[in-house]
Amino acid sequence: MRKSASAFNIAAVALGLAFLYLPIAILVIYSFNASRLVTVWGGWSLQWYRELLRDDAMLQAAWTSLRLAALSATAATVLGALAAVALVRFGSFRGRLLFSGMVYAPLVMPEVITGLSLLLLFVALNVDRGFWTIAVGHTTLTLCFVTVIVQSRLVSFDRSLEEAAMDLGCPPLKTFLTITLPLIAPAIAAGWMLAFSLSLDDLVIASFTTGPGATTLPIRIYSEVRLGVKPEINAICTIMIALVALATIATSLVAKRGAVRREQAEGLGVQV
Amino acid sequence: MNMMRERKRPWGTRLVVLIPYLWLIAFFLLPFAIVLKISLSQTAMAQPPYLPVFDIAAGWQGLKDFLSQLTLDGYALIGSDDLYLLSYLKSLEVAAVSTALILLIGYPLAYGIARAPRGLQPLLVMLVVLPFWTSFLIRVYAWINILQRDGLLNDVLLKLHIIDHPVAWLSSDTAIYIGVVYSYLPFMVLPLYAALEKMDRTLLEAAADLGCTRMRAFWLVTWPLSLPGVAAGALLCFIPIVGEFVIPDLLGGSETLMIGQTLWTEFFSNRDWPVASAIAVALLALLLVPILFYERLQKRALQGEA
Repeated sequence: MRKSASAFNIAAVALGLAFLYLPIAILVIYSFNASRLVTVWGGWSLQWYRELLRDDAMLQAAWTSLRLAALSATAATVLGALAAVALVRFGSFRGRLLFSGMVYAPLVMPEVITGLSLLLLFVALNVDRGFWTIAVGHTTLTLCFVTVIVQSRLVSFDRSLEEAAMDLGCPPLKTFLTITLPLIAPAIAAGWMLAFSLSLDDLVIASFTTGPGATTLPIRIYSEVRLGVKPEINAICTIMIALVALATIATSLVAKRGAVRREQAEGLGVQV
Repeated sequence: MNMMRERKRPWGTRLVVLIPYLWLIAFFLLPFAIVLKISLSQTAMAQPPYLPVFDIAAGWQGLKDFLSQLTLDGYALIGSDDLYLLSYLKSLEVAAVSTALILLIGYPLAYGIARAPRGLQPLLVMLVVLPFWTSFLIRVYAWINILQRDGLLNDVLLKLHIIDHPVAWLSSDTAIYIGVVYSYLPFMVLPLYAALEKMDRTLLEAAADLGCTRMRAFWLVTWPLSLPGVAAGALLCFIPIVGEFVIPDLLGGSETLMIGQTLWTEFFSNRDWPVASAIAVALLALLLVPILFYERLQKRALQGEA
């Protein structure tokens, strides 16, 4: 009886993960296909990667997207972390309900609505659209994800460390910088990474808020994909998947090291 | 007491709230007000393509002129043309059916992970999250590779003699469902896992000791305890799927559009900004109840632990 149940569990996990990874695996394998046809296997080859290197428009779009993601993730991390501190530490303040409503809503808000409304704002303000307007859009979209990650870290850690520092006469800002910030650093790093990858990924908000001269990688890929499957697209997708996989593994290693150090620090706090 | 503390709060500390607050008001709340305003405007062959334009220099008279020119034409159009209604219904149908499918696939997966050996769980959770970090567009595109007429799925099915001629999988509702279920699965699995992992396992032992079969114990103990996770996961899938654009655009057919596509077409192809805005407002009104419900769950989950 027990055996069959755990066999069911193993099968559920195995099938679920296979469903998640098979399409990606197929895409990666076919990016190395020598044949132009998707179903015909013409042997291993790097020719689509070479072709990609010659595709200046695609490379330009990739560079735009990377700069955009770095900028908007940094802005979103600062804003999102501040919002998390405000929500967790400040108790009730005037306008808290509206504030928390605005923080959580973008998590589920359909992107077409956010994109359209931001564009109409930029039109109303008569701003030239391009790189900077997309950056504002992505910052607004991703800051709520940072807030949620940092918030869950802030509510779970031991506040007596902060209180001890304050009791010993440490001013609030210094307490935040020397005690709180190192403790929530892994969550901030994870939030930045998530914001970065969401920005790199976004098509809808970028399409609405972009202007002449600012083509992001998803916009570029989207316009190519609409014309059909191309092996070069498989190649650029494989590169992006590899980058994201590496970054995720690196972050989880950092988080693990952070967790160990945190436990040591908190253990120390208890001893004190 | 609270008021006292609020007043004593120094300016530097106030900025912590003020900076993100002002950002969100400027780039999240204010834009909605503008959408609402433009949804009440008329289409015009102008730049920007709507009327009236609010002229602040004209003062009170300008404001009066402005208000008198607002119309409900955009909404009347949405109400009178079946195209829009069908599009809303289609979106709700796709979102409801695929949320149910995601729950059906996601629950066993989350359950399996929550019952896996402790040491293995973080790795399994990371494996579920990893595809979520890779681009949405890439994941949808990966399915075009598989579903197209001379793609892998037809190839495999033909070789196994399950079908005798290629099936047009792309440009169909089936393709939309596959794409949506695939893309949103992690959103369901994570909250479900969180709920199942927290569960007190001794409850199941108690049920077994009292003569409950495993199946009955599941329905009487595990399922009710996992309901908050089910609700969070379902909302996290349902709400964005209703407004989904990329998946139906790349995988779906052209006969019935989802509302996100309709909005996109009105805006980019027809350049009818008032109607696009009216669609957005109506969509938001439709989603307001689930969004508020989701916010309550989210707040309880994050602040309940404190």
